[in-house]
Amino acid sequence: MIAPERPLAAIGTVSLEIDGTDVRVPEGATLLEACRSLGIATPSLCYLENLTPVNVCRVCVVELEGSRVLVPACSRKAENGMKVRTDSARVRLSRKMVLEFLGSTVDVSLSSEFAEYARRYGAEPDRYGAPAGPQPLGARDAAVAGHHHAPAGDVAENVAQPVKVDNELYVRDYAKCILCYKCVEACGADAQNTFAIAVAGRGFEARISTEFDVPLPDSACVYCGNCIGVCPTGALMFSSEYEMRRAGTWDEKRQTKADTICSYCGVGCTLTVHAQDNAIVKVTSPLDHDVTRGHLCIKGRFGWKFVQQRPIDGA
Amino acid sequence: MEETDLVVLWGSNARETHPIFFHHVLKGIRRGAKLYVVDPRRTSTAQWADGWLGLHVGTDIALANAVGREILERGLENRAFIEHSTIDFDAYRASVEPYTLAEAERITGVPAAAIAELAENYAKADRGIICWTLGITEHHNAVDNVFALTNLALLTGKVGRYGCGLNPLRGQNNVQGGGDMGAIPDRLAGFQAVWDEPARTKFERAWDCTIDMKRGRRLDEMFEAMDHGEMTASYIVGENPAVSEADRGRTERLLRGLEHLVVQDITLSDTAQFAHVVLPAAAGWAESEGTVTNSERRVQRVRKVLDPPGSARDDMWIVAEIARRLGRDWGTPQAEAVWDEVRSLSPMHAGMSYKRLEECDGLQWPCYDDSHPGELFLHARLWETPVQGPKAPFFAVEYEPPLDALDEQFPLRLTTGRRLDSYNTGVASGQYRSPLRRGESLDISPHDARRYGLRDGEVVRVSSRRGSVLVPIRIDETLSPGLTFMTYHFEVPTNVLTLDAVDPKSGTAEFKATAIRIDKVEEAVAAAGA
Amino acid sequence: MDLHFTGALPSKAERQIVDAVLGAPSDDWHGGEAARARRHLLLPTLHAVAARVGWISEGALNYVARRLTVPPADAYGVASFYALFALSERAPRVVHVCDDIACKARGADAIIAALERDYGIAGSTPDDGATTWLRSPCLGLCERAPAAYLSVAGERPYARQLGGVDVRSIGEALRGGGERVFPSTILPQAGDPGLRLLRRVGVVDPSSIQAYGAAGGYQALRRALEIGASGVIREVSDARLMGRGGAAFPTGRKWDAVAKEPERPHYLVCNADESEPGTFKDRILMEEDPFAVVEAMTITAFATGADYGYLYVRGEYPLATERMQHALDEARRHNFLGCDILGTEFDFDVEIRRGAGAYICGEETSLFNSIEGHRGEPRNKPPFPVQKGLFGKPTAINNVETLVNLPDIVMDGGAAYAAIGTKDSTGTKLFCVSGCIAKPGLYEVPFGTTLRQLLALAGGVLPERRLQAVLLGGAAGAFATPEELDTPLTFEGVRKIRATLGSGVVLVFDDRINLGEMLLRIAAFFRDESCGQCVPCRIGTVRQEELLARLKRREPLHSLQDERTLLAEVGAVMRDASICGLGQTASSAIESALAKFRPFEGAVRA
Repeated sequence: MIAPERPLAAIGTVSLEIDGTDVRVPEGATLLEACRSLGIATPSLCYLENLTPVNVCRVCVVELEGSRVLVPACSRKAENGMKVRTDSARVRLSRKMVLEFLGSTVDVSLSSEFAEYARRYGAEPDRYGAPAGPQPLGARDAAVAGHHHAPAGDVAENVAQPVKVDNELYVRDYAKCILCYKCVEACGADAQNTFAIAVAGRGFEARISTEFDVPLPDSACVYCGNCIGVCPTGALMFSSEYEMRRAGTWDEKRQTKADTICSYCGVGCTLTVHAQDNAIVKVTSPLDHDVTRGHLCIKGRFGWKFVQQRPIDGA
Repeated sequence: MEETDLVVLWGSNARETHPIFFHHVLKGIRRGAKLYVVDPRRTSTAQWADGWLGLHVGTDIALANAVGREILERGLENRAFIEHSTIDFDAYRASVEPYTLAEAERITGVPAAAIAELAENYAKADRGIICWTLGITEHHNAVDNVFALTNLALLTGKVGRYGCGLNPLRGQNNVQGGGDMGAIPDRLAGFQAVWDEPARTKFERAWDCTIDMKRGRRLDEMFEAMDHGEMTASYIVGENPAVSEADRGRTERLLRGLEHLVVQDITLSDTAQFAHVVLPAAAGWAESEGTVTNSERRVQRVRKVLDPPGSARDDMWIVAEIARRLGRDWGTPQAEAVWDEVRSLSPMHAGMSYKRLEECDGLQWPCYDDSHPGELFLHARLWETPVQGPKAPFFAVEYEPPLDALDEQFPLRLTTGRRLDSYNTGVASGQYRSPLRRGESLDISPHDARRYGLRDGEVVRVSSRRGSVLVPIRIDETLSPGLTFMTYHFEVPTNVLTLDAVDPKSGTAEFKATAIRIDKVEEAVAAAGA
Repeated sequence: MDLHFTGALPSKAERQIVDAVLGAPSDDWHGGEAARARRHLLLPTLHAVAARVGWISEGALNYVARRLTVPPADAYGVASFYALFALSERAPRVVHVCDDIACKARGADAIIAALERDYGIAGSTPDDGATTWLRSPCLGLCERAPAAYLSVAGERPYARQLGGVDVRSIGEALRGGGERVFPSTILPQAGDPGLRLLRRVGVVDPSSIQAYGAAGGYQALRRALEIGASGVIREVSDARLMGRGGAAFPTGRKWDAVAKEPERPHYLVCNADESEPGTFKDRILMEEDPFAVVEAMTITAFATGADYGYLYVRGEYPLATERMQHALDEARRHNFLGCDILGTEFDFDVEIRRGAGAYICGEETSLFNSIEGHRGEPRNKPPFPVQKGLFGKPTAINNVETLVNLPDIVMDGGAAYAAIGTKDSTGTKLFCVSGCIAKPGLYEVPFGTTLRQLLALAGGVLPERRLQAVLLGGAAGAFATPEELDTPLTFEGVRKIRATLGSGVVLVFDDRINLGEMLLRIAAFFRDESCGQCVPCRIGTVRQEELLARLKRREPLHSLQDERTLLAEVGAVMRDASICGLGQTASSAIESALAKFRPFEGAVRA
């Protein structure tokens, strides 16, 4: 008697040419994976291996022979016979411009990868003029689709605004939001399926929002923190980190981290515990781990306080 | 889980109690798998279900037997598998005969059509998985409940192959590991029986000692023994029975009556209040090295990232230190060395070196040697010809109502469970400030709220045949009339109410089915109590 | 799904409106895929609330989301995407006044200025709170510019496009006089025997299926059923019919691909979300010859194996929607739609979906997302719609005008059709002629007609005026100079002057027009209509507008040369790296104007 077996994964490969080098990758691999297999440094901001590629940041674009426009490496599947260029003038210009656009619009100061990309591509975000002043809290959330005030053009419009602090576990600093959609994906169908946040509004006024911009405690948020786990710019931040940064005590050089297993149920989620001065400062999870794929629940993500709230005599 | 065609969550609110497991269920759903949820409450898990079977508390066997009967009635059973791989089918068939859809509807309150739909879809699915949690096992007939479910998998050949199976979802990170390591009354590490001569001898030689062949006591039997004066001392490690055991009044009395109680824990728990000696321990998951085993039998490394505070010490150090004072010098054991000893004695763990656990992100037992990849699922042998080892038996089981019967005095059913942001007795989870937390409440249906004239937030006295507590009301539209719900995460001593009647086969108490009544209280009493 | 809602509840009226669309809630178990699969009703339900209440309250949105098993944050994300939906209280009577390029060329600015003076700035609610006016992008009524769109929410919702408006007539509309009939359709070629696509327009009663039949209607469907699906596709391929929506893709190839996809069901979508500034051809086809659209869709569905079709009509086209709905009902009544059409085994039906004020939804994958109840954001291609389109299924999506070519192709044969026009641009083409022209309107001419001939047909520029520029293809198109008037209007012909036919826009600007202002309006249009998904378009359209604004004010931040370089680079990244056609063409008209004119140095040509 034979049990119906697990279907075998496709094991075919495709071969293509990238920057003049032939490369063979598994069927279904993306151009980004193909580039990385060749060691070609390809910038990416909205891509994360545990989320469906949304290809919205466009910083990973490459030139594909026969294609009128550049294609996003993160989502475009490799095909036999493709000829790809990753360092042409068009590619370099588009990457530089994307970085300049974001740099002139968003506070990307906490993203080390952004700074590195900006250096690599010679981005000059300043050439769009001085940044416009911050808008009051809620102003961008009240924007109406299809209408905007005509600009004078003397300053560069941006998304500067105050930080949203409405609960004790994490803060939302949308002045740092590049709208990479990762938090929406992690809150949504790619992981948590809670859908507490979505992209609202349209165009430059598109923003991450709860329904009617209600505070998180009124929303569907279950504080899994999976949005924080995927945020590339620090727009979403653990309150623990936010407070320490404000107090000037956050110091990643003094931090250690180790992978361990959450004690709150029998699923066995890997927690990467970040500690500074023998105290936990935040908890993340490795993206490549089978059980969590980087995602946790409120207890695993935030439930660690009890460890360090014991009296020092140990009891 | 992600590549199955149908999932049945039976007595499990995985969305809240096993959130990351539920992520995998959701991946399956997004791929097109169907989900059926069997739960008296219309939980957040049930909200995802293609079918929700809201049975009366404790009527699981009647429902499962009816599903089995319906599968047979429609000729959807896997004949070939039954004949090839199982025994006692005829007795099973006879036993489910009385459980017609109509009879099951009468007992369980689940519409016949919903039962038939589950039966048909489960049987017809190419792959199907049944998972359960404490909704199945916290009953006086817990083991029978489990049998009722395993029968369904045997009936349809949904065991021992990819995308199929029966999965109890463990409530703690090392429930499985505890059992694996021999924390079962008659087992040694790797489920080797104490009465198995060659196995026992192997351990005796390795440990240079004699191992008593006598079966030990289960938790419920220990309390029983305390009650009879047969057990006068106890050493409790990382457990808080004063709060977590059913019938709290009795538990406290028994703990108080002990001649000597040692409690080893990371905080001064309620149980520690009764202790003669408290041994402050390191928090295993963050302050020590070692392994745990999760629900999918995956052995995983825990690592130390913090030094324990003050005089708190690693559990391993404490145990070795006690051993030293009892006359055995084990030195200062290191986690990896201890684990290597486990591997040398437990064949199913032999292939799991720390190095491999690191490389593979954990391994699922059995893993017999360094080249063994671990097993994704068990019981594949049932599909071999001839079947290796014993065939899988059907167990005919009968429905019995919960022991704590409803009557005019106690007309409402109380069931218990966890909430997403909290955990067990709240020792750990109570220390962080969750925006979701609303404290303890007695959740009741809008229907009962009207019937008893109760307002949301109103403090009431909830009484069972054993005791009573004061607790505020919360109206929950996901509850059916007659059903109420509480947790035991908070200050309110919920287990004052619960019955400590245990399943004779597993020793688990019937936390899930208590008969209660609600009494209005005067405002002053409410204010003092809440 | 385990949804969570804020405490905001719907009013009784809001609840009734929603239940009227979705049916009364039932006590049966409602979960899983069956519940989640109702999301595509989101937009129609929001429309119903907006039409009756005037805006969508938190309680109403919660109730819609609950009934459709859509997370409320998602529903909010969708509702806030569309310009026609208000999410804060808004007056029930709204006049949307077009200030886009075609109307600007016909005096919209003066009207706006007068409205601001008389009624306060756009969005203000004078007097009793019952009325307001708003600015609007192109309303697709350019032949009757300046134009407005009146919507009145209430028990009996009312909406109409208003042509040839002035401050007085807008004032009337604001005060409640909008129900009177405004100038009806301008049909300059009506009755011309040489017409093909417009043969019945202005001649045959658009409400009568009998009249349509008497004018040759439904012969093509019968013939299609005779020659079979592959026969239809062969004729269309032989006809070398190219898509008229702007991308000019060979229609036969598209249909052949859909027909061959093994995955089922197949869908047909007719893209009637006509929003390219200066375009109004599809509206006129739907208003004046709706049965032709239905018949053409039916033939297409037959050819491509589609079971079900959607007609996605622009939200600001109430008359077209009404007439199409009537035509569909009539066709169904006469067994031209539904089961066993004309006694064959062919089943097909069509449902109308209304857009809600989003240019991007004319992009085919955005349109799919919009129908499915998601934000109208484009999807990355591949996969293409022929493989994974609406609801992830193989989908043929075609523009109204493309489809309306079909009956003639089926009746006369592909070869006969291909004999019209030129080798690479076969058939006739509809041109939306508007702006500074004597006889604005919709014109049908064979491909190959020169721009000069077309302008002559439309009466030329007004007396005493000199032609300055012609915008071909709309905001996403490019400019032609007076020297380029002899360019033949074919796909390949306009390419030589670095232009595109796009959706057939021919917007004429005479020497009074300040071209710089027009460019700034185009830049503002793209900034407003960018969906915001990808960085190049979301931010590029802002930077482009800022740049033009300072060029126009003659206050550059850098040297003019550097500013021009910057503008070119902004254009390049939008063109090269945007997800969809919106961003890819958002700089094309502007770049073309800067290459051919000196728009920021006065209205004088270089």
